[in-house]
Amino acid sequence: MKKFVTGLAAAGAMLLALTGCSAGASGGDGGEKAPEDLIVGFAQVGAESGWRTANTKDVKRAFEEAGIELKFSDAQQKQENQIKAIRSYIQQGVDVIAFSPVVESGWDAVLQEAKDAGIPVILTDRAVDSEDDSLYETFLGSDFVEEGKKAGEWLVEEYADSDDPVKIIQLEGTTGAAPAIDRAEGFADVIKDDSKFEIVASQTGDFTRAGGKQVTEALLKSNSDVDVIYSHNDDMGLGAIEAIEEAGLTPGEDIKIITVDAVKDGMTALAEGKINFIVECNPLLGDQLVELVKKVAAGEDVEKRVVTEETTFTQEEAKEALPDRKY
Amino acid sequence: MTLLKRITSSKLFWPIAMLLALLVIDVIAFPGFFTIQIREGALYGSVIDILRNGSPTLMIAIGMTLVIATQGIDLSVGSVCAIAGAVAAAIILGSPNPDSVGTTIVAIGTAIAVSLVLGIWNGALVAVIGIQPIVATLILMTAGRGIAMLITKGQIITVSSDAFRYLGSGVIFGVPFAVVAAAVTVAFAGLLTRRTALGLFIESTGINARASRMAGIRARGLLILVYVFCALCSAVAGLILTSSQTAADANNTGLFIELDAILAVVIGGTSLMGGRYSLWGTVVGALVIQTLVTTVYTVGIPPIVTMVFKAAVVAAVCLLQSPKTAEYLNAWRRRRVLRTEVAAS
Repeated sequence: MKKFVTGLAAAGAMLLALTGCSAGASGGDGGEKAPEDLIVGFAQVGAESGWRTANTKDVKRAFEEAGIELKFSDAQQKQENQIKAIRSYIQQGVDVIAFSPVVESGWDAVLQEAKDAGIPVILTDRAVDSEDDSLYETFLGSDFVEEGKKAGEWLVEEYADSDDPVKIIQLEGTTGAAPAIDRAEGFADVIKDDSKFEIVASQTGDFTRAGGKQVTEALLKSNSDVDVIYSHNDDMGLGAIEAIEEAGLTPGEDIKIITVDAVKDGMTALAEGKINFIVECNPLLGDQLVELVKKVAAGEDVEKRVVTEETTFTQEEAKEALPDRKY
Repeated sequence: MTLLKRITSSKLFWPIAMLLALLVIDVIAFPGFFTIQIREGALYGSVIDILRNGSPTLMIAIGMTLVIATQGIDLSVGSVCAIAGAVAAAIILGSPNPDSVGTTIVAIGTAIAVSLVLGIWNGALVAVIGIQPIVATLILMTAGRGIAMLITKGQIITVSSDAFRYLGSGVIFGVPFAVVAAAVTVAFAGLLTRRTALGLFIESTGINARASRMAGIRARGLLILVYVFCALCSAVAGLILTSSQTAADANNTGLFIELDAILAVVIGGTSLMGGRYSLWGTVVGALVIQTLVTTVYTVGIPPIVTMVFKAAVVAAVCLLQSPKTAEYLNAWRRRRVLRTEVAAS
C-alpha cells in the first residue's frame, strides 16, 4: 500500500513537472512567436442563437485569414464543459485562450490555473465577476448595460406624449448570464425615472425561441393589456411574436416589441413591422479579437476593456440595412 | 375498504393531488386560469397551453414508459427530436416549393423514416449486442446532437412553410394538433399493449428477461420494438417542437427532454427497475411537469428561485409516493384506529 502511494505521488509530481515545463515553454516563447506559429484556444458558449453562430463564424474566419491556428470548442451552454475545454487548452499549452463565459461566476480556479501556466486569457462578449482582474488580460465585447439603456431610451421617447401607464413584460436571458443581468439593469435604470412605466412580469426564456414563446403565452394570459415586450435577444422576441399572433393580437401594433441583437431573422421581423426597435449587439468581433491576440502574445499592454462598435435599428433603418446583413 | 382509503392508497393519489394543488395555486394567482376562449378559431387559455406545451413531453414519456417497463431506458430521445426537426427543416428549405403540402409530407415522412432507423440502432445495441440500455442510448444522445448539427450546419434554420407550421400551431375542431397527436399516442399505446398480450410480454421481460424467454417470449424482437416506438414518439414530438418555434435548432430542440420524460414516468409510479407500468400514471406525470412550468410563469416566481421551486415539488411527489411513506401512513392510521377502539371499549 505504502509503495503504491509513493508511486502515485511520484507519478503526480512528474505530471506536474511535465505540465509545468510545457506551459513554461509556451509562456516564455510567447513574445518571440510569429503570428503563424501561434495556437489559440477558443471556448465558445454554444450555438444557442443565430447571434452566437454568427459570432462563431466570424471568429473562425478572422483567425483563418490571419493564419493563426484556432482550437475551437463548443460548451453547449454548460459551464462544466467550458471549464473542461479551458483545462485541456492549458494542458495542450496553447499560446492564448479566448472564451465567452456561459455564466458570470465560478471562474477563479480555472483562470488561476491558466495564469499559473503563463497563458494569457481574453474574455470575449461576456464578462466574469472575478474580484481579481489580473486573471485575464482584457475583455472584448459589447457594453450590455448600454444596450439596455438604448432600449429604455427608445421606449421613453416612444411614449413621451402619453401619460397612460405602460405595462411591460421582460423576457430575460439565461439566469445568471451577464447580458441578462446587465440588459435588465440598463433598461430599468432608464425607465425608473418615469412612474408610468411598469415591468409587470419578468421571466427567463433562456435566450431561445421556444422559451420566449412559452413564457409569453403564459404571461399574456396572467397579465391583461400588456403594451410592450422587452426581450433580451431576438430569438426570444421571435418566439413572443408567435405567442402574440396565437392570442389574436398584432405584434408591433397591439404589443410593441423591443429586442437586442439584430440577427437576420430579427431584422426581417423588424422590417416587416412585427418588431418595433432593435438594439444591435455586434457579433462580428473576430478581427478585433485577432488584433488583441497578436498584441497579448507579443507581450504588449492592452486596454482592460475593449468595446465593440454598435448601433440601433428602427423599422425604416432595418429595411435599408437588411439586404447587406451578413448574419 | 372505505372509498377514501381506496383513493388514498392508489398509486396515482399523490401525483394527482400535486397536480390539483398546482392548479389551485394557479387559480389563486390568476383567477382566469381556467377560462377558455376561442381566438383565431382555436381554443385559447392557460389550460390549453399546458396541454399543448406538455404534448411533446407526454408523447416521449409514453414511449419511455414502455422502454422502462422492459428494464431499459432511452436517453437519446432529445437527440432524436433534434434530428427529426433538422431533417424535416433541411428538406423543406432545399425544396423548390417549400410551401406545398407535398413537400411537407415528404419532409415528415423522411424524418420519421430516419427515426425508425435510429430506433432500430438503439434496439439492436440493447437486444442483439447486449449493451446496457443507459450506455447504448447514451451513444446516440451524444452523437445525435452532432448529427443534427451537421444537418443544420450549426445554424438555427428558420422554416416558414405554412403546411409544416400546422404541426405546431394547427387545430382540429379548435383543439391544437399537438394535443390530438399526444392523445392518439396514448390511445395507440394503450390499445396495443393493454388490449393485447403485448403489455404482459413487455412487463414479464422487464421483470425477468431469461424466464420470459424460457416461457417462449421473443424478448429480442420485443426490445427492438419498444425502442423503435420510443424513437417514433420522439420524432413526432421533435417535429411538433420544431414547427411550433418555426425553426430547427439542433442545440436546443428537445434539450433535457429525456429527463422530463423519465421524471414523468417516475412520478406516474412506474419503477425504473422495470416490470409493471402505468400509462395513465405517465400522463399525470407529464401534466404535473408542464403545469409546474406554467405555474412558475403564472405565479411570477423569480427566475433565480425557479429551480428550487421545481425541485421542491418533484421531491415532495417522490417522497410522498415512496413505499416507506405509505408504510408510515398505514402504521399511523392503524395506531389511530386502535386508539379509538381502545378509547371506545
